[in-house]
Amino acid sequence: MNSETSVQQQSKHEMLGLSHQQVIDMYKYMRMARMYDERCLVLQRAGKINFHVSGIGQEAAQVAAAFALDREKDYFLPYYRDYGFVLAVGMTLRELMLSLFAKAEDPNSGGRQMPGHFGSKRLRIVTGSSPVTTQVPHAVGIALAAKMKKKDHVSFVTFGEGSSNQGDFHEGCNFAGVHKLPVIFMCENNQYAISVPVHKQLAGKVSDRALGYGFPGIQVDGNDVLEVYRVMKEARERAIAGEGPTLIEAMMYRLSPHSTSDNDLAYRTKEEVDENWKKDGVVQFQKYLMACGIWSEEQEVELAALIAKQIKEATEYADQAPFPKPEDTLLHVYAVDGEVNA
Amino acid sequence: MPVMEYIDAIRLAMREEMERDEDVFVLGEDVGTKGGVFTTTKGLMEQFGEARALDTPLAESAIAGVAIGAAMVGLKPIAEMQYSDFMFPATNQIISEAAKIRYRSNNDWTCPVVIRAPIGGGIFGGLYHSQCPESVFLGTPGLKIVAPYSAYDAKGLLKAAVRDSDPVIFFENKKCYKLITGDVPADDYVVPIGKANVLREGTDITVISYSLPLHFAMQAAEELAKEGISAHILDLRTIQPLDKEAILEAARKTGKVLIIHEDNKTGGVGAEVSAIIAEEMLFELDAPIMRLCGPDVPAMPISPPMERFFMLNKDKVQEAMRKLALF
Repeated sequence: MNSETSVQQQSKHEMLGLSHQQVIDMYKYMRMARMYDERCLVLQRAGKINFHVSGIGQEAAQVAAAFALDREKDYFLPYYRDYGFVLAVGMTLRELMLSLFAKAEDPNSGGRQMPGHFGSKRLRIVTGSSPVTTQVPHAVGIALAAKMKKKDHVSFVTFGEGSSNQGDFHEGCNFAGVHKLPVIFMCENNQYAISVPVHKQLAGKVSDRALGYGFPGIQVDGNDVLEVYRVMKEARERAIAGEGPTLIEAMMYRLSPHSTSDNDLAYRTKEEVDENWKKDGVVQFQKYLMACGIWSEEQEVELAALIAKQIKEATEYADQAPFPKPEDTLLHVYAVDGEVNA
Repeated sequence: MPVMEYIDAIRLAMREEMERDEDVFVLGEDVGTKGGVFTTTKGLMEQFGEARALDTPLAESAIAGVAIGAAMVGLKPIAEMQYSDFMFPATNQIISEAAKIRYRSNNDWTCPVVIRAPIGGGIFGGLYHSQCPESVFLGTPGLKIVAPYSAYDAKGLLKAAVRDSDPVIFFENKKCYKLITGDVPADDYVVPIGKANVLREGTDITVISYSLPLHFAMQAAEELAKEGISAHILDLRTIQPLDKEAILEAARKTGKVLIIHEDNKTGGVGAEVSAIIAEEMLFELDAPIMRLCGPDVPAMPISPPMERFFMLNKDKVQEAMRKLALF
């Protein structure tokens, strides 16, 4: 029996139009994001950097979403935990490390913003801020521009379930619904807004809120890579077909503390956290690939060694890279005379 | 040269810019079919279609935030806040986002958005249709703020705002809409942002102001001239960034400075202008710097005698100018 044929007949990813190589690439980005994140925590504990805000436990949905988008055309408005997402759309480990170390060469902000505040015009990652959910109306505005200029790109924006209570979420969703704009809203429901658990944030489901704005809201298991990919793909098809926005609520669990300044065991138990480690989407996907016969222990070891090497190189590069000049604090408040940005 | 109302000049600026550049569009509440509650956008939907004179849901943060998003990808939105009193829900979008997009992205992203908002009282608008919120936005680097006093400036400054690479708040004075008329050239001119304008040359006192109160100052100066008092009048035109050179030059002309605005006194534009003068040329002054402003109360009451008490007028301005001249 030809095992290749057998896999093709059985695998869910192929039914979704994903090749073996694509799902392996997805897994690589998840593992890369996880290992990057873990390294950041270590670097902070070692006193090499001041601050890290983690996305551990959320990588599966992030990478799945990225692969369902057009990574050559679409506009991305990630929030501060989206390391898996930005890596999957083209940001490099070196670029992330430069941001972590707040160095001049950081393409996100030139060392101005906290890490996790992504931005890269080259990658169509739209610059973001810290007051949560302000990026939602921006995503809607970019979608409005796409509609006005008859361009076939969508905008994709993420935020947490706590953020879904902000006015900007509701105002943005309503605007997008009224004008049937090509935008996908993805809530990464990780069960905590810093310390406040989801039952103190929400009386209902985030996804149900879409009903009030006249477009579909879908709740999906955020640890199930292929399910997230499937609903995202459908959402993008709807957007491109002029059928308007989609709200996706990806259910997950923030496995790490909110940030390096947070002691999460002050508000949740170790047992609860441990229980959720068992549902880790990255491990589930690794097992899936192995069950499909397209991933092995040997490949896993090789991949981990390769990423560890890349992270080490990126860390060394960023550590040694120059800081911005102090007086550059004064630059880029306004355009200088004659300056035109593309 | 055509004579037109201040409001017509604002509308003409938008029309000309929309004709010039198809990326320019207007969005806000009632800006489409109705043509604006003051008729500022009247006719734009008929000429440019619904998409470019876009009636939005009633949600100011989205009006600003959507405009910011569109501006970041190359469009030139003019977002209308129906009254400046209602722009506070959009303040986070304006201060945390628009003002900081260039800076926080290290010049990678830009936000060339225009936010138009009518300011000022004297129209029986009560507390929430009369405010001058300039001081809320003053002191947020990254934002430009302009406030025209004449029809000519309204057209020229709005066109400059649309063409600017950075976010510009355009504070139009709603009392000026129909009250003020003036020559407005039909040609394509701009009034440069960041440059103040001498409205009247004089030798005894210097008046520094912007928007509606300048008309009171110009009328008062005419009358004071008959008393032998010569007033030098500077229109700031742009209140952020302030034209420091022009402020100092105007102050040096007479050594006596009166700053006038309708926004309340504490923490207002006058405080900043006064500090600039004090820092740079205190010992060249012949009198303490004076300010004539709205009172430090939360906002303007609707009852006519109370509104009159709050509002500046020619007589109040003239009295303050005379007092300074006689110091």
